[in-house]
Amino acid sequence: MKSGAKRFRVDFDVIEAWVEPETRILDLGCGDGTLLARLRDNNRITGYGVEISVHNIIACIDKGVPVIQADLDTGLQDFERDSVDFVVLSQTLQAIRYPHYLLREMLRVGREAIVSFPNIGHWLARTQLCLGGRMPRTPSLPYNWYNTPNIHLHTLRDFESLCHKEDIEILERRVLDRHGRSGMLARDVPNLFGATAMYRIQRGPGMTF
Amino acid sequence: MPERIPEDSVGIVEGASEHFAEPLELESGERLEAFDLAYETYGALNAERSNAVLVCHALSGDQHAAGYQSMEDRKPGWWDNMIGPGKPLDTERFFVVCVNVLGSCKGSTGPSSTNPATGEPYGLDFPIVTVKDWVASQVRLQDRLGIPRWRAVVGGSLGGMTAMQWAIDFPERLDACVVVAAAPKLSAQNIAFNEVARQAIMTDPEFHGGRYYGHDKPRRGLALARMIGHITYLSEDAMRDKFGRDLRKGQPLSYGFDVDFEVESYLRYQGRRFVDRFDANSYLYLTKVLDYYDPAAEFDGDLARAFAGSDNRFLVIAFSSDWRFAAERSREITRALYANNLEVSFAEIEAPQGHDAFLLKIGPYHDMVSTFMNRVAREADL
Repeated sequence: MKSGAKRFRVDFDVIEAWVEPETRILDLGCGDGTLLARLRDNNRITGYGVEISVHNIIACIDKGVPVIQADLDTGLQDFERDSVDFVVLSQTLQAIRYPHYLLREMLRVGREAIVSFPNIGHWLARTQLCLGGRMPRTPSLPYNWYNTPNIHLHTLRDFESLCHKEDIEILERRVLDRHGRSGMLARDVPNLFGATAMYRIQRGPGMTF
Repeated sequence: MPERIPEDSVGIVEGASEHFAEPLELESGERLEAFDLAYETYGALNAERSNAVLVCHALSGDQHAAGYQSMEDRKPGWWDNMIGPGKPLDTERFFVVCVNVLGSCKGSTGPSSTNPATGEPYGLDFPIVTVKDWVASQVRLQDRLGIPRWRAVVGGSLGGMTAMQWAIDFPERLDACVVVAAAPKLSAQNIAFNEVARQAIMTDPEFHGGRYYGHDKPRRGLALARMIGHITYLSEDAMRDKFGRDLRKGQPLSYGFDVDFEVESYLRYQGRRFVDRFDANSYLYLTKVLDYYDPAAEFDGDLARAFAGSDNRFLVIAFSSDWRFAAERSREITRALYANNLEVSFAEIEAPQGHDAFLLKIGPYHDMVSTFMNRVAREADL
């Protein structure tokens, strides 16, 4: 798993609103366990973090957040089918080697999945590439092209077309602007003004494992 | 010997022993009419008797886990880097107990103990014991010491397997369980190595069917068994780093069958040293304990069901270069705990040392245990 992508607290609020209390969740790329500790304390949600960094694993243990070391690029084979209610992947999909495979894995393990990612279709990124002729660097994508962990950047439209292809059903979408707000522009022209995209997804009728 | 006792050591320690006159019904169907358990303790039991931690030792370990038994000791106890003031099992906060297992030879009843029925050492008349029997015997000690609940049961290798058995058989008698470099059961390869070790002992002409007490003991067989064990404790990389193809004391090849290479010298030394401190019959019994360990067996091989009664929290740790009990075996344990919705954290620590890594002070490993135990202490208001 990649821990390079910075997590934005802004999407934690939405995740907290989306995850039902007293459920069981998996937080993929859970970092230091902040989200899980918060969901446990506020919503009596039990859950496990999945992390690759030992440093972060120790931080999770310190918070009392159970955490299992795994590399998300190799899938979720330690986790049984339908073993949790929600699988969360916050700001990490773009750093995964096979995003479509991980999405399938998430929906195998969880009843629902929550995915958030930085939108490379944001106007700032588009301007940098179109007018500046350089790979974009934005507050949510601060890396250079050669050292970025974000190897699979995509737009909202890209994501939705993948969901369609994989028979993944989108239950809800929330688009946040650069300030973490769900303003009118981000709502109306999301692929241009959304900095962070968030989706609640579930298995479509044709999805088999 | 230590010139002076280091500040983070538990210092000079004194062993203790308890006798249990009530018979112990064993898993094999046999019974042990009475038995002794030898143990050491570090730190102080608090007034509420709520700060006790049990440490379980591995195959060739014993109850002397930390500190020095005398100023003449060359080395401290086997887990001295883990147990002591300010160490992961912090004796300023926890009362740490380590018990010698039944079948061993360090003061607890085993094949070298006197059989009350004959007045002679048991030898191979000692009943086969299992990890389940060990836990049952240690429960008696827990009660004798007046400890209602261990804050944690902690162990590496066979000790980790013992810790798991505690959580399976007596989940109400512990909070947390720390399982390091263990496996849910032995593989065919593991059993094969154990069998070679046993054959080395039993085919030694001095073995005499285990009735060698008072005579020459099967030194060569036991030394050979230990040499085989040692090969499985180290990774290939660790052996290469430690010895490579270095010749002994820089001498030329002997073109004979004397010791040429440092690795040969090392193995022979380890073998010889072991013979002086360990009983060959005990080695037979303890390798059998390992072979028989399979807590999932009574649940149709489903390890998850074995943990169904547990409400404990777990820390499972494996080491990347351990091929004796590979990280994948610890993942099996973790999966079974996860399937029961139990609190479990698992990590595979990058370490080149092989299985022996669990005995070493490896930063992230010790930090993990330390952080976990701090959490255990905080939640118990210690």
